[in-house]
Amino acid sequence: MTDLLLQISAVILAVSIFIAVYRVAKGPSMPDRVIALDNIGINLISLVAVVSLILETTAFLEVMLLLGILAFIGTVAFSKFIEKGVVIERKRD
Amino acid sequence: MLTALHIAIVAPFIAAVFVPFLYKKLPKIHTGWFVLTIPAILFVYFLQYLPVTSSKQTVTAVWDWIPSLGIHFTAHVDGLGLLFALLITGIGMLVVLYSIYYLSKEREALNNFYTFLLMFMGAMLGVVLSDNLIVLYTFWEITSLSSFLLISYWYEREKSRYGALKSMLITVMGGFSMLVGFVMLYAMTGTFSIQEIIASAGDITSHDLFIPAMLTILLGAFTKSAQFPFHIWLPDAMEAPTPVSAYLHSATMVKAGIYLVARLSPVFAFSGEWMWIVAGFGIVTLFWGSFSAVQQTDLKGILAFSTVSQLGMILSMLGVGAAAIHFDSMDDNLYIGATTAAIFHLINHATFKGSLFMMAGIVDHETGTRDIRRLGGLMTVMPITFTIAVIGSFSMAGLPPFNGFLSKEMFFTAMVDITSFQAFNMDSFGVLFPVVAWVASIFTFIYSMMLVFKTFTGKMQPEKLDVKPHEAPFGMLLSPIILVSLVIVFGFFPNILAYTVIEPAMASILPSLLGEGEQFYVDIYFWHGWTIELYMTMGVIGIGTLLYLSLRKWVAVYDVFPSSLTLNHIYDQTVAGVEKVSSQLTGAYMTSSIRHYLLYIFSFFVVALVFVLFNKDAFSVDGATAPISVYEGVLAAVLVTTALVVMFTRSRLKAIIGLGVLGYTIALFFVIFRAPDLALTQLIIETVSVALFLLCFYHLPQISRKLENMRFRAGNFIVSLAVGLTVTLIGISANSSRLFESIAGFFPEASYDEAGGKNMVNVILVDFRGFDTLLEILVLAIAAAGIFTMIKLRLAGRNDL
Repeated sequence: MTDLLLQISAVILAVSIFIAVYRVAKGPSMPDRVIALDNIGINLISLVAVVSLILETTAFLEVMLLLGILAFIGTVAFSKFIEKGVVIERKRD
Repeated sequence: MLTALHIAIVAPFIAAVFVPFLYKKLPKIHTGWFVLTIPAILFVYFLQYLPVTSSKQTVTAVWDWIPSLGIHFTAHVDGLGLLFALLITGIGMLVVLYSIYYLSKEREALNNFYTFLLMFMGAMLGVVLSDNLIVLYTFWEITSLSSFLLISYWYEREKSRYGALKSMLITVMGGFSMLVGFVMLYAMTGTFSIQEIIASAGDITSHDLFIPAMLTILLGAFTKSAQFPFHIWLPDAMEAPTPVSAYLHSATMVKAGIYLVARLSPVFAFSGEWMWIVAGFGIVTLFWGSFSAVQQTDLKGILAFSTVSQLGMILSMLGVGAAAIHFDSMDDNLYIGATTAAIFHLINHATFKGSLFMMAGIVDHETGTRDIRRLGGLMTVMPITFTIAVIGSFSMAGLPPFNGFLSKEMFFTAMVDITSFQAFNMDSFGVLFPVVAWVASIFTFIYSMMLVFKTFTGKMQPEKLDVKPHEAPFGMLLSPIILVSLVIVFGFFPNILAYTVIEPAMASILPSLLGEGEQFYVDIYFWHGWTIELYMTMGVIGIGTLLYLSLRKWVAVYDVFPSSLTLNHIYDQTVAGVEKVSSQLTGAYMTSSIRHYLLYIFSFFVVALVFVLFNKDAFSVDGATAPISVYEGVLAAVLVTTALVVMFTRSRLKAIIGLGVLGYTIALFFVIFRAPDLALTQLIIETVSVALFLLCFYHLPQISRKLENMRFRAGNFIVSLAVGLTVTLIGISANSSRLFESIAGFFPEASYDEAGGKNMVNVILVDFRGFDTLLEILVLAIAAAGIFTMIKLRLAGRNDL
């Protein structure tokens, strides 16, 4: 029963990733794509968690944490890039 | 062991080192005087070997050079080697003496001249006294090199450089071919020693490599000795200073090929091919050289072609002399005489041609020109030079009582005798030999007469000369006087050479004929009786005189040949054509476009791998694969979709983000294939790479930022498809044919028991295979330092650093 539920949720997550990928490919504007990418990141975290459960291992907990950090940093960096044109600003002196 | 003989051979090289010091430190004394001592001492030293060689003994001294390869510096003195050594040192001595007066101390770079000349002398001694083929080849190339340097002595002149390059290209081509022949000889006999090869000569005549070895070695000999059609470098080498022409291009270097033919006669001469090729090329060269010499208007040009022709004559006699080997003994062996004649003429040619070159140099030096159209009437002004010219030229033309007459008679004898030789078609086609020889001798007579009478008789034309002509200083005349004295001495008393020099040299060329304690019978004399040779000589003189007197009427025959068919033209076209074709060829594929180079690399990759895969029957598929789970299928679908998006997208940004998605998907693959460390690393690295791509994207120049569709190219598509297929095929084959059990079973146990870690990947990285990790850290360090340098270090704005 649990196995079936886990597999169903993995499929749902995968479908949502597909939808987000479509948005990345299609997305009329740049922010659309960035949001979709962020969405993919979060979905990936969930997917890794589900897969960890299916594989019955705790080895991928770091992966989930890391994905969370990267998704955040990545989204912030993209946003700054879209907003200001640069990611790291030069020091003013 | 290093002996006095070795030191004698390399003495000129050692002396050459000191020449520049003497030139700088003692500028008051002409450097040539110091140099003169070297050949003089060596000449006396080699004279001491005359009693040894004339009593049929040889001297061999071995000094190990590369013993593991069978290469020893073996000095071997026998009759032939000694004859050449005496020529080299003797004429060398006279040439150095002549050059002291010929080259000005103030105006010329004497240090260069004498260094090159001594280098050449040592190399030449090495060629004729080496018993080891590789050592011989080494010295052979040094003669080419030093000859190149000497021809271009006046390197500021265009024609000197042209002549030097031409002679270098032709002689080095021959030299390389000779090396190939030497290696083939080694392959057949297992030794580089000439004496040992001669000893096993009988065993190799039916070997497959026998004919190729003979041809390649003969190519080397023919190019060096300026045989048709490789003679074209010699006339252009006349841009060298006259002492060089006298020494290298008449007496010594051009005879290196003759030496090689004579030296290897015992190895090859039993075959009919050798006889026909050597004698045939010799006789053609004889005719062509003498025929072309008549056309020349430059004194040294005439002498160059005459050298070509006389060398052909010597070579043809050596070829004919090979007939002697087909008889077991010396009794009634007519053909031995040809070899005698070859050696005798070799000596004679060195004497009269050396003196004639020096004569031409004197005329040039005292009148400012060598053009016979501007010269004339010098007989009364330069009586001694005139005498030298008369003796030298008449000897060259083959007139009595000079030594040229004797060798020409012997030459005719050899050519007539060969027609009765009963093998290799000599008795049918051989009749051409005396006919061509006779016609060539007529031309020899004509140009010899031109040399004397056009230069020294007739009316003097002082208005055409830059300086007022006068007799040369005595020092300059000394060397040619000594040489023409030798012409006369050898003419009247030829037998002083017979058993001292000629007979031992013949013993080296025809060793198989001599039994124990026997020697060749050499007796050279003027009067043969009323023989066919005498009538031939009379015919040469009669017809030659008539033709010389009517020269003006038939000289137009030379214009009949189209200039586009001359050998020089063909050579020039070939050199230019090779350059053009190779630059076109290089330009055709070296397009500087990385796209093209990648195309070559990938195409080669595909062709080579697919060929090997199917040619070696290495392709295999077996069904033993793990079951495919649904997750893998889904991820693979994501992967393929994103890859297609990256390929076909219009925008670069989309491509970059697509790449990011690809990377993250791969990280997911790592997750489901249970590789947490890889997944972690992959995620971070992918994020950083995407950021870097974005950085690059942002800095694209405005002008080409216009977003376009990827252009579709069928070629690229096919190649990329082929690469993908190839890699897939190889992957499948490799997976299906595992030869050994994996060593992975070792690590799970060992990583805890031996290394004390539970994370197997990390234990492998830092413990079992820590060395790779160390170097990968180094790679990252280099990359970081490289990026820093590229950003900071701009040569244009160095101060910003």
